[in-house]
Amino acid sequence: MSTPVTESAPIPARPLPASYRSTKVRRQRVRAAWLFLAPMLVTLAMVAGWPLLRTFYFSFTDASLSDMSDTLFIGLENYLVYDDGRWFGVLADPIWWRAVWNTVYFSVVSVSLEVVFGVIVALVLNAEFKGRTLVRAAVLIPWAIPTIVSAQMWAWMLNDQFGIINHLLMALGIIASPIAWTADANYSMWAVIMVDVWKTTPFVALLVLAALQMLPKDCYEAAEVDGIHPVKVFFRVTLPLITPALMVAVIFRLLDALRVFDVIYVLTSNSTSTMSMSIYARQQLVEFQDVGYGSAASTLLFLIIALATIAYLYLGRKQLQLGGD
Amino acid sequence: MTSRQLSKLAARAGFWLLVALIVVVAVFPFYYAIKTSFTPSGDLFRVELWPTRATLANYAQIFSQRSFLQAIFNSILVATSVVFIALLLGITASYALGRVRFRGRTSVLLIILGVSMFPQVAVLSGLFEVIRALNLYNNPGGLILSYTIFTLPFTVWVLTTFMRQLPLELEEAAIMDGATPWVTITKVFLPLMWPAMATTGLLAFIAAWNEFLFALTFTLTDSQRTVPVAIALLSGGSAYELPWAPIMAASVVVTVPLVVLVIIFQRRIVSGLTAGAVKG
Repeated sequence: MSTPVTESAPIPARPLPASYRSTKVRRQRVRAAWLFLAPMLVTLAMVAGWPLLRTFYFSFTDASLSDMSDTLFIGLENYLVYDDGRWFGVLADPIWWRAVWNTVYFSVVSVSLEVVFGVIVALVLNAEFKGRTLVRAAVLIPWAIPTIVSAQMWAWMLNDQFGIINHLLMALGIIASPIAWTADANYSMWAVIMVDVWKTTPFVALLVLAALQMLPKDCYEAAEVDGIHPVKVFFRVTLPLITPALMVAVIFRLLDALRVFDVIYVLTSNSTSTMSMSIYARQQLVEFQDVGYGSAASTLLFLIIALATIAYLYLGRKQLQLGGD
Repeated sequence: MTSRQLSKLAARAGFWLLVALIVVVAVFPFYYAIKTSFTPSGDLFRVELWPTRATLANYAQIFSQRSFLQAIFNSILVATSVVFIALLLGITASYALGRVRFRGRTSVLLIILGVSMFPQVAVLSGLFEVIRALNLYNNPGGLILSYTIFTLPFTVWVLTTFMRQLPLELEEAAIMDGATPWVTITKVFLPLMWPAMATTGLLAFIAAWNEFLFALTFTLTDSQRTVPVAIALLSGGSAYELPWAPIMAASVVVTVPLVVLVIIFQRRIVSGLTAGAVKG
């Protein structure tokens, strides 16, 4: 069921057997294939390929949002330049490095939590009990809610004066005075992480559940007969078997978390204590109208994500090979 | 014997506690949003689980705003157009990728996979230029165009997976009868692909309905905004306190249809998500 799309050898085609592959039919089919692909490829080139190249190009210019046509090539000045005894550019901006750190911190913490909670939820949903369909429907609700809406919902629940979370924590005696979750720099990152974990754990849980449901029943029966403790069975049998599905879930969540924008934008706006790389780039680009500088930040974000993907695929393959079979 | 029964009972109780915890955590925030949406704005300072005085005033206020109605209309227009375009381009492309073996096929699949991993911000300035050049800035057309960047790769990928699973005999028979590839797609495959298209269409619809970054950047005026931007930018008469009750009413209005759709089609959605392993 779950196709490991991260593998580099993608879905094989299902060609007709040799007897039907007379050259005429075959040539007609190949020609038709390219004809059918053309509209999609043109669209992707227009919305992805060309804009990406233009972003790379803009990052070497002084383009501004009001006038993007009349630009001057300024080399690497948007990235790093030494001028009058000081360094300038994205790479010399402490706020950019703060954004990089925030993004990495956010991604690692929230994806780790999502994997742990996702596996727990999947194990529960995989057990047979009355009302399982209802519980699964309930788990899907956070996934169905638009990110903006969930951010607003949590912003309201985390409200410092009237929020129910402060109210509950104070009633339970855990905190003495209300906490400004989204405004206080000590808590705002955790507020963001909490909302993200709430919203995306269902996605991880569903992928893991699909993997769990394909596991062979017989080794569990054998383990039960031998009286092996369920916890040991989980770590020795289940976990290794669902690792491929987990890796797919992790890479998708990681790529998504590294480009995080909307949760943070709604919950904490442009505050530097939670600013992500995407927020930084968009702020330069749109609010400060500095297309050149913003494009330099976007390009760096693109490179970081590309490197992370390559490193992950490389390490993942190595680990899977070491893991045997 | 009794201690064993006791530990079994404890395990059972622990399991049900866990189930209850999961359900409460998943559902409570949404419930609380619904509750708040029925609470009169003046009662918001009282934290309670059940509104003592329920009111529809927040909904009335939301629906009396022309810009909110316009945003709902824009969102529906953008999301349905995106679904239509993605399915149209996706079904033909997935035939080529799923049924025909040709040189360059693997490269095309890798390109599609690469695009689906793009950070949206990386194309923001380039796309801004394209949209302005096409005169689509501050226009739903610009959003429809830009949303294909995340709906199209995923639609093609999932439809290709489904297309591959259809039996060979169908196509052989069509070719024996002298059908062209176009006829094969429309007359043979299309009728069989409806379930897969419904799934991918639904996922693409949800993705387009929820998108925020492009919608925020490529629109300027209230009349062109989509729902997520409208909700994020809702502000009240006073600068000091956000109008939480109307915000929650608007949130409930745009979320309830999605939640209902997802619960009705949950089986479909799960199979679509796992087939493509792409977030919706």
